[in-house]
Amino acid sequence: MLHAVLSAATEGGEASPSPVIPEWYDIIWSSVCFVIILVFFWKYVLPRVQKLLDERGEAIEGNIAKADEAQRKAEAALEQYTAQLADARTEAGRIRESARDDSKTIVAEAREQALSEAARIASSAQAQIEAERQAALVSLRSDVGTLAIDLASGVIGESLTDDAKAQSVVDRFLAELEASEQAAAGGKS
Amino acid sequence: MFVVARAELHAPKQEIALLANALDLLVPMSTDDGGFHGPSIDEFFPGALLFEGTDFEINRIMLVRFVAVAALLLVFWLGTRRMTVVPGRFQSLVEMGLDLVRVNIADDLLGKRDGKRFLPILTTIFFMVLFMNLTGVIPFLNIAGTSVIGVPLVLAIVAYVTFIYAGIRKNPKNFFKNSLFPSGVPWPVYIIVTPIELISTFIIRPITLTLRLMMNMIVGHLLLVLFFAATQFFVIQLSGGWTLLGVGTLAFGFVFTLFEILVAVLQAYVFALLTAVYIQLAVAEEH
Repeated sequence: MLHAVLSAATEGGEASPSPVIPEWYDIIWSSVCFVIILVFFWKYVLPRVQKLLDERGEAIEGNIAKADEAQRKAEAALEQYTAQLADARTEAGRIRESARDDSKTIVAEAREQALSEAARIASSAQAQIEAERQAALVSLRSDVGTLAIDLASGVIGESLTDDAKAQSVVDRFLAELEASEQAAAGGKS
Repeated sequence: MFVVARAELHAPKQEIALLANALDLLVPMSTDDGGFHGPSIDEFFPGALLFEGTDFEINRIMLVRFVAVAALLLVFWLGTRRMTVVPGRFQSLVEMGLDLVRVNIADDLLGKRDGKRFLPILTTIFFMVLFMNLTGVIPFLNIAGTSVIGVPLVLAIVAYVTFIYAGIRKNPKNFFKNSLFPSGVPWPVYIIVTPIELISTFIIRPITLTLRLMMNMIVGHLLLVLFFAATQFFVIQLSGGWTLLGVGTLAFGFVFTLFEILVAVLQAYVFALLTAVYIQLAVAEEH
């Protein structure tokens, strides 16, 4: 290189071209290259990249929103389940309480019923006993009357055929008997 | 070096001749047959293939650029043709590249709103520089599309126009005033500050953007050529014990190829980053 330059200098002939002095064709083709690349990037590459970046951003944002939504839903569901659980618990408590009340009522009713039944049975038994006593008393009275008349007839030899008379005798006798009984009872008590 | 050499065109010819003779001893001659062919600046000015002599001349480097552009279009067309919300491997890779510009350069420096506004320019600058840098280490292309001044210059002008446009849009009346007369400075200081601001903001910026990229690529190419030409020279031309040295230069060539990949990415990043920084300074409320 030095030789070329120096020989050019010494001979004054045609020098090597200087690298800092541009040739027109150099400038022109450089500009052409620049314009082609500029237009390519400006109109084709960068808009596509920008679009892609926007899409990517949207996708990320969308995913975040989706995740938020899912979380919100899950939280709502959890809340709902918790509420339902609490409801169920109170419901169960209420049911238990009412069951307890019911059982108390039932027991009380049963007891009452049993008592009344017992009372009813007792009273009917008493009534029956009373009725039987009355019946026994009536039948005893007539039997005793007849027996006494027959006995008395035999004793006095006189037939007490007259019913009215016989009746009055018996009644008197019974009255006396009752009076003596009552006196005995009064003396006892 | 050549700049210096050209600058000395005006020096007396005798001195130049002396210098040339002195250098003859240091630099192997390239004219000898079977000698060492060192790298030359002429490699960046190959012969025309089409339209020679017109303003639409196409030479090898222009073709390399077209290949880089085609590769770029192909990669990003395939990578963004069917984009899915959940990316595949290739799409992830392409997205990673685009994210580097969008997040680490545009959004970080300019904020969401301005970052989006200037994203097409920044993305274009980054990937155009990256792909054209990488052609420097790709076999059979072997030269960076950015190693000729056209691309760095055009992109630097784009960056320049963009940051001035951004500043004027943001602050139609006061952009140049804020740039040249920073507030909070006593007026006599403007005598010094204003020329400095003028030069650094409106003159140095595009020049450094251009030269940084181009020189990196030129030097990278020359280094690689030097190593591989030396390997060729040692192994084929000299052979014998020199082969060992050839292996050494080959190893260096390999290491510097890896280094050139790093430089390619780094320069693309720096170019896009500086463009973003200039825009950010222009749209900042206080300059």
